[in-house]
Amino acid sequence: MEVPLVDLVGICKEFDGNTILNDYNLSIKQNEFVTLLGPSGCGKTTLLRCIAGFEQPDAGKILFEGKDITSLPAHKRPLNTVFQKYSLFSHMTVAENIAFGLKISKKSKKYIADKVDYALKLVDLDGFGSRMPNSLSGGQQQRVAIARAIVNEPRALLLDEPLSALDLKLRQDMQYELIRLKNELGISFIFVTHDQEEALTMSDTVVVMNQGRIQQMGTPQDIYNEPSNAFVAGFVGDSNIIDAVMLQDKQVALCGARWECIDTGFGTNRPVDVVIRPEDVEYVEPERGIIKGVVSHIIFKGVHWEMEVEAGGFTWLVQSTNMTPVGTEVGIYVRPENIQVMHKPQTEDEEALINE
Amino acid sequence: MSSLDKKEPPAGEGSTAALACPVRPRVSKSRLMRELLAGPFMAWIIIFTVVPLALMFSRGFTDKAGSFTLDNVMAITNPIYFKALVLALELSVVATVVCLLLAYPLALILRGMKHGSAGAIVFIFVLPMWMNSLLRTIAWQSLLEKEGVINGLLGVLGLPGIGIINTPAAVVLGMVYNYLPFMVLPLYNALAKIDDDIIDASHDLGANFWATLRHVLIPQSVAGIVSGITMVFVPSLTTFVVSDILGGGKVALIGNLIEQQFTVSYDWNTGAGLSIVLMVFVLASMAVMNAFDKSDMASRKVA
Repeated sequence: MEVPLVDLVGICKEFDGNTILNDYNLSIKQNEFVTLLGPSGCGKTTLLRCIAGFEQPDAGKILFEGKDITSLPAHKRPLNTVFQKYSLFSHMTVAENIAFGLKISKKSKKYIADKVDYALKLVDLDGFGSRMPNSLSGGQQQRVAIARAIVNEPRALLLDEPLSALDLKLRQDMQYELIRLKNELGISFIFVTHDQEEALTMSDTVVVMNQGRIQQMGTPQDIYNEPSNAFVAGFVGDSNIIDAVMLQDKQVALCGARWECIDTGFGTNRPVDVVIRPEDVEYVEPERGIIKGVVSHIIFKGVHWEMEVEAGGFTWLVQSTNMTPVGTEVGIYVRPENIQVMHKPQTEDEEALINE
Repeated sequence: MSSLDKKEPPAGEGSTAALACPVRPRVSKSRLMRELLAGPFMAWIIIFTVVPLALMFSRGFTDKAGSFTLDNVMAITNPIYFKALVLALELSVVATVVCLLLAYPLALILRGMKHGSAGAIVFIFVLPMWMNSLLRTIAWQSLLEKEGVINGLLGVLGLPGIGIINTPAAVVLGMVYNYLPFMVLPLYNALAKIDDDIIDASHDLGANFWATLRHVLIPQSVAGIVSGITMVFVPSLTTFVVSDILGGGKVALIGNLIEQQFTVSYDWNTGAGLSIVLMVFVLASMAVMNAFDKSDMASRKVA
């Protein structure tokens, strides 16, 4: 079996008595784009700082290709970081910034010059070498920061919300840039973000975190289509999260009606949460729907219309390309495969979060 | 007042703009107000800076009869004065270097501390400055004397006493003690401004503590280093109190000789002439330091 590139085993970290990371385990493969996704304070940045070596975990081990690097200082780890605020050295030119790591490791002048040229081309900043970082735009500075990190040929690049300071258009461009870079370099990216769109767009694997624990880990499709609990469903994309009772296999009661679904193994008459994505809610003529409702609100979102439909004592979020005026009576129908049944959260913590 | 101020053109064009402008009374009123407010400061500068400087220059370039001469300034070529100037330069360079070597690590430690506790330590360092510096220097005299406190303690412990009183070493000690806070404060200010992420980034790129110090911390704190050096070097170079009390008349710095021209020989002309020479050295050292600072600033701003 292939040895994972980075292996986190039972990482615990506290700050001033607050548990940030709680018995955290994660394996990152070679050449994998892993995104740590979660709300602020979920421990994602602390985890990244532990991997980089800026923080020491209170307990647990960090393995790099099977070797324990837990106590190895940051400057000896074969990893490089791209910081949220770029953190370029303002007293050095762009080229000097990029050359910094190579100069420290005493590479030859020729080698450094070639690598800096290569890195500048790679991040599309050819000819910017003699500029000072402060004279560049935010997007350009972030490219310099990326170039400064990758020229050291790290085995993994750690990125701490690197796009959050950029405006929307630039952020989207940089997402594609990062995917291209990762494919060109063939190294692992460990990317931290609170932006679910970023996570879904770029990642091979998304790790949804909350309160220092992994809520769910999987491909972007898994996370979006099969959220494992209400927190993940609520955090990743819009969703209708509805209290329901699992009557028996493939049959669930919600909003006062019986619905066909495809989930099994929840037992009989068990309270569950049901997640239905707004784009999966179909509205039909009132008689043909499973339940009836009335459109109470409608907003134009560009690609689609977003509506709220009062039906069965629940306000359904519905997305559709057809416009239906407020006050229209509609029937609501959901295909069995689009009804996602989940266990109720087990701890009070999780419960509290969903209610927030 | 402030809103009127903002509308005002820069000082030079002020009068012509005011003449052409229909709202002249308001503008001139604000000008008048401003001049009134600047008045006390101007008076202060004229009485305590411009006039003494003018007097010093007029004494320095004239002889006792009042006719122009360069003899007073050229007195520096006299071996006695020249040696005193060289010794003053040497001791103040040593004191500045010692201050820098002591203050930089301290400022680094303070930088890493939480804001409250760093403030408390800085406070402790600044606290002695609330006392008269003459008193503090005399205190050092009684500490360092042959039969002083330190030698007394060493004697009790059966250790040989130290004999640095009335030597250049004692003078340097006094300079370092008196001027160390002036080095700590600007260094701490400069270092505290450096973002933690910048230091993390340096470690991340493979630099250990020393490489980070050399390539990141020191270059990013140049402004603090420059002002710290200036604030220790200039008073050390010109002091006569420290060398008088801790040098016991055996360590003659240029400051002491100038003082004696005024208080012992009553040769104000030579005293003023030597002061002008010393001032040239002070200005030159500040110019060199500013050049360092400027080149640093320029490299940060240039596109």
